[in-house]
Amino acid sequence: MMSGPHPESPATDMRIDTFQFVSLIEMLDIEATTISARARIPDDHSIFAGHFPGHAIMPGVLLTELMAQTCGFLLLSLNGFARMPFLAALKEVKLREFVRPGCELVCLAERVHDGSGYAVLNATVRLKENQKRICDGTLMFRIVPFPNDELREHMGVRAQEVGLSIAGDGVRLLEEAAT
Amino acid sequence: MSSTFDTVAGFISEICDIPREQIKPESHVTEDLNVDSLDFLDAVFNIEQKFGISIPLDDWTQQVNDGVVKGSAYFVLENFCTEVDKLRASADSATAA
Repeated sequence: MMSGPHPESPATDMRIDTFQFVSLIEMLDIEATTISARARIPDDHSIFAGHFPGHAIMPGVLLTELMAQTCGFLLLSLNGFARMPFLAALKEVKLREFVRPGCELVCLAERVHDGSGYAVLNATVRLKENQKRICDGTLMFRIVPFPNDELREHMGVRAQEVGLSIAGDGVRLLEEAAT
Repeated sequence: MSSTFDTVAGFISEICDIPREQIKPESHVTEDLNVDSLDFLDAVFNIEQKFGISIPLDDWTQQVNDGVVKGSAYFVLENFCTEVDKLRASADSATAA
C-alpha cells in the first residue's frame, strides 16, 4: 500500500465549475484495488445560492460525482491509464448526512468486481475531521478505449494534478515515485 | 432446458422487466428481447456473481464486430448458456486442481 506523506495538509478546493472534484489521491493500493481521495468543498460557490437559500449544503448528485471520480481514478490506475472508465449505473447510493461549505471530505473506493469491459465498485465519503460517514454507494462503470487523444492527454494531466505518477511499470503516488 | 438457462432468463426478466415466459432458449438478447447494452451488462454481472465466473464479453463482442463469428453464436440464449456452462466447468476444474 502506498500512502502520501502529508495526510494532514489541507486539500485544495474541488473545482466545481470544471467538474474536477478530486483534489488529491492520498492512498493507492493496486493489489487491494483500493484508493482514497481527498476533496474540500469551497467555502462559497454560486450553487449554494440555490441549494439552498439560507441552508447551504452540498448537492447529493455532486457527492455522488465525487464517488464516481474517485472510482474512476482507481480504475484508470489499475489499467495504467490505458482505457477510460465511464459511469454507467448507480446500483445504490445513500446520502446520509448534510455537508456544508468548507468541509473536507475523504472518499474511499474499492473495486469489488472486475468484469470484461466493466467494473463494479463500492465507495464511501466521510468527513475528514471525524470520519463521519456522509454517503456511500455501489457504482458500475464501462471501461472502453479512450475516444480520442485529447481526453487521454487530459486524464494524464489530471493524474499529475491529483498526485499520481504514470510510468511504464504502473501507476503510483507521485510522492512514492519520487523516493 | 438447463438450470443455467433458468438462472440467466430469471436475471434478464428481472433486470430488463421482460415477462419470463417471453424469454426462450432461441431468443436473441438484442434482436428478439431488445435488451440494451447496459441492462445486459447488469445481467452479466449478476450471472458472473452467481456462478463465480468471468464472461469474456469484450472478446466475444470483438469477434462479432470483426466478423469472426455471428452474433448468434454468443447472444442467442441457448448458445450463451452453453458458453456459461463451459466457463462454469472451467472454473470448477480450476477450483478442484
